[in-house]
Amino acid sequence: MNPVTLAILALLLPAGAFLLIGVLAPLRRSGRPAAFLSIAAVATSLAAAIRTWQLASGSVEPIRAAWNWLPGANGPLATVGVLIDPQSSLMLILVTLVATLVQIYSLEYLHDEPPAAFGRYYAYHSLFVFSMMGVVLSPNLLQLFVCWELVGVCSYLLIGFWYRKPEAARAALKAFWTTKAGDVGLLIGIVLLYRLAGTWDILELEHMVKGGTLATAGLGVITFCLYLGAMGKSAQFPLHVWLPDAMEGPTPVSALIHAATMVTAGVYLLVRTEFLFHQTPQVLLLVGWIGGITALLAAIMACVQTDIKKVLAYSTVSQLGYMMTAVGAGFAGAGFLHLLTHGVFKALLFLGAGAVIHAVHSNEMHDMGGLFKRMPQVATVFIIGTLSLAGVPAFAGFISKEEVLGATLAGGLTGPFVMLLTGAFLTAFYMSKVVFLVFFAAPAAPGHAHGHTHDDGHHGHHGDPPFLMAGPLWILAIAAIVIGVYSTFFHHAEPEFASPGWLTPVAVAMGLAGIVGAYLTYQTRTISADTLASVFAPIRVAAVNKFWLDDLYLFIYRHILLAFARLIGWTDRYIVDGVLNVISAWTLDGGDALRRIQTGRVGDYIFAVAAGLLVLMLWMRGTL
Amino acid sequence: MGFPILSVITWSPFVSALIIMAFARHRPTLVRMTGVVGSSLSLVLSILLYFKYDHVANGFQFHEFLPLVPSMGINYNLAVDGWGLVLTLLTAIILFAGSFASWTVKTRGQEFYALLLLLSTGVFGVFASLDLFVFFLFYEIAVLPMYLLIAIWGSTGEVKPEGMFGWAFKRVGVGTKEYAAMKLTLYLLLGSAFILVGMLALYTAAGSTSFSFLDLQKVKFDPQLQSWVFLFFYVGFGVLAGIFPFHTWSPDGHASAPTAVSMLHAGVLMKLGAYGVLRLGFGLTPDGAVQWAWLVGAIACVNIVYGALSAMSQKDLKYVVAYSSVSHMGVVMLGMATLTEQGINGSVFQMIAHGIMTGLFFALVGLVYEKAHSREIFKMGGFATMMPGISTAFAIGGFSSLGLPATAGFVAEFLTFIGAWQSAHSWWLIPGVLGAFFTSIYVLRVVKQIFYGAKSTDPHFQDLPDAKGTEWVAIVVLVCILVLFGVLPNLMLGPIDTTTVPLLVKMGVMR
Repeated sequence: MNPVTLAILALLLPAGAFLLIGVLAPLRRSGRPAAFLSIAAVATSLAAAIRTWQLASGSVEPIRAAWNWLPGANGPLATVGVLIDPQSSLMLILVTLVATLVQIYSLEYLHDEPPAAFGRYYAYHSLFVFSMMGVVLSPNLLQLFVCWELVGVCSYLLIGFWYRKPEAARAALKAFWTTKAGDVGLLIGIVLLYRLAGTWDILELEHMVKGGTLATAGLGVITFCLYLGAMGKSAQFPLHVWLPDAMEGPTPVSALIHAATMVTAGVYLLVRTEFLFHQTPQVLLLVGWIGGITALLAAIMACVQTDIKKVLAYSTVSQLGYMMTAVGAGFAGAGFLHLLTHGVFKALLFLGAGAVIHAVHSNEMHDMGGLFKRMPQVATVFIIGTLSLAGVPAFAGFISKEEVLGATLAGGLTGPFVMLLTGAFLTAFYMSKVVFLVFFAAPAAPGHAHGHTHDDGHHGHHGDPPFLMAGPLWILAIAAIVIGVYSTFFHHAEPEFASPGWLTPVAVAMGLAGIVGAYLTYQTRTISADTLASVFAPIRVAAVNKFWLDDLYLFIYRHILLAFARLIGWTDRYIVDGVLNVISAWTLDGGDALRRIQTGRVGDYIFAVAAGLLVLMLWMRGTL
Repeated sequence: MGFPILSVITWSPFVSALIIMAFARHRPTLVRMTGVVGSSLSLVLSILLYFKYDHVANGFQFHEFLPLVPSMGINYNLAVDGWGLVLTLLTAIILFAGSFASWTVKTRGQEFYALLLLLSTGVFGVFASLDLFVFFLFYEIAVLPMYLLIAIWGSTGEVKPEGMFGWAFKRVGVGTKEYAAMKLTLYLLLGSAFILVGMLALYTAAGSTSFSFLDLQKVKFDPQLQSWVFLFFYVGFGVLAGIFPFHTWSPDGHASAPTAVSMLHAGVLMKLGAYGVLRLGFGLTPDGAVQWAWLVGAIACVNIVYGALSAMSQKDLKYVVAYSSVSHMGVVMLGMATLTEQGINGSVFQMIAHGIMTGLFFALVGLVYEKAHSREIFKMGGFATMMPGISTAFAIGGFSSLGLPATAGFVAEFLTFIGAWQSAHSWWLIPGVLGAFFTSIYVLRVVKQIFYGAKSTDPHFQDLPDAKGTEWVAIVVLVCILVLFGVLPNLMLGPIDTTTVPLLVKMGVMR
């Protein structure tokens, strides 16, 4: 099959699964059959994606196909289609791979959900996979935006999957609104771009930039607006606030959407439109600095979390900052590489955390401890994920993090580079903290019943998870190692930039220092955690309070936006409409007053006629 | 001449109304069936019309001609072009859904259905008329039954008098259905007066020989005349389109009206206003339109943002939907004011999108009210567990309302934004997108409050049933169309575009 057919097939299978599950109520309510349909669709998509990638890497030119979508007097205004090149096909594999594994994993993880909810879950998942692939394969920015919004909705629906929980419903809203605020920027950018360039087609735009036919006046505003969209989706400071709350969704959802795929869409957007950003260095500089700030602040916040998923969420925010910094430095390729490896090992970490949470029935790390003996497999894969994230050589994150750091330095972003390097230490620290607290340290409260006494574990609460969950974990763990070993020892691509020789030793040392630091603090307890807390008290307080950003936004929402809306609503009812009511009241009163003339007494009428006659006669005499 | 398809579409609701009044006395099933058959006939023929329409030739088609008063140039002349085609289809869809949504009208069902159908004949007639005199007649037929429909079958709420004008509230009875009905009728009739003056001015200026749109369109009117006649059309029709500050009949009217009436009124009748401005204002007085576009657009921007903020502050579900109409009609007016191809396409497409989505909303609100006997948003909670179908449909309507891609709302808003940025007043883009953002806040807030979160402990809200039987018809039809037009907008945009481009060429803003 040719790559276009394959790509369309990969796209349409999950869409078809979504429609079937969504429309056929009996299928949806049956639960597991719906799940199998969804998994079959996405697994086939994965196979198609791999084949597409093979074909695409053999072709020099990107392959594009497009169909009319919106009409216009001079040719179609907008088209839909697919654009296949090595970048999009690699991303396609990541999306379908993680999606397949997550869907299989969810079979076991959401075992206790009622069948109807189960079906709904897989319907959302299918829609998500379709939309995400739509983003990845999009040949133009408008289609990208369309699919971009759809993944946002899937995120909203899946965060709010347990909608009866008020926190989940609230977190879903927060995620939607925050990313929507960024999307307003993206939409404006797309609208502006049309007037400037007359097209949204990525290849055509690139062609125009290369040929120097694209006006650069006003391009800065456009790239800034595009970046705003990326900022919301990829949780860049200060629009990152929704991502930690998004952890209210089921853990597999966090792994797929809020770690591996959707949140990286912003980075992907910038990677795809890199050539536009290169025309506007000032915006690129902003991307780099915000990326650095995000990476550092999120890493700091990750250190003070007690909820295992929150640690991972902030870690994701931080890593997205790394990717963005590389893009901002002008080397989008490095950012994209980190996007791919991060997708693998962060999905692994989330699914590993999910296995722990599934067994312990708590997200809090002080409810865990010493779990290595109980669940050695989960511990092993989690440690592989941690080493990858910490950037230890021979693991997946090593080379990509090196690339990001090297790119940042080569791009001249010294400030962000220092932030990233500090972040690298903190990353290793907080992840190792999780590993030691959860798997090795003695439980914080020995004999603590941590809420699962009511349930004696009909699916192995006291050991490693069953095959459906363990399988995906191992596949991802092996992928992390294979990618790591391959990229560390065998693959030596010609670098786009030169990194100084000291970079690798320093970066690895930072990572190791973080691991050792966490070991001393949380395992041997040589360093007291309380002492650390008091030494860094001001930072700690700020981090625990999330730098007061959430409070600020809540204040703006409640006391500015809603208050203003109330004022407008009141004005409409009592002023704009009030004036109208006054006019009506006057009319009614006027009518009442005039009505009094009609008394119904014959005498009055005769009197009036006589008086009228008199007046008339007087008047006529005057004129005559 | 062949089969008079437009006349059959237009008059079949009227004939059904006659049948209902003559033969269906005290037989509610027969009343409903006649209503459904009448509206189905219109729907089927409208779909047929769509496929029979020559999409390549475009222009006015399916001409029907019958001289009425030849000496004055008054003729019964029907035809549709791309806009008329899609709006006829919209009317038929909403009427079809509305006739199912009125299933549970208990009191005087016979008169209710008859008036509803009569009104629809008026709407179909307006969209198909090429003769201004007949156009006006149909327009009045569409507007007047509303008074009875609201005053008899409406619902009464309560409004606390406040502020410096509060003293007048009790005097005029704010909050009662009679008040709402009277306000709506007076406002719209005031608008009609403006329209009539405008029409007669053009008729006499053109030599008092023809009321035909096609004839008048060929006349090059004096720019001075065009200027004030356009303003008359704008205000006259604009009242019905809900332009600020003449929009206040809409929240009260739509909140008081029974379900199907709100559906038809917000879904289709408000479009008559916008259509009137576009067809007569832009079509007959193009210079006036160009001259006053800045005003139309500026007020539209006020509508969008002001309507959205007002919606955000409401506590009554129906008021939220009604104010959202005020906001969304702003998009319609903004689109045409841009005087660009994309803007006007967006404007007409928004008429369709908003018609469908607001019809859906009012149908759903009606269902929720029927089951929970409440419209107070902040008393409800956690309904999704009990009514998953209704909550899903409501969420989809909400997504369309906030302009989510893959629903019709996105295409309409996006085209309007493109047009706004290309127009002479680029800044119109900003209120536009801001309105869309505010919509996402108030719509999803309402969805969350009513359907998600902890279940309300109120004893009235326990064990509420989901929609069932015929109640599904309106919901399913409207949801499917909302998504269909969002995914395949070309279905509607094709004919719309072929009508927009010649207009712009004629107006001299496009070569």
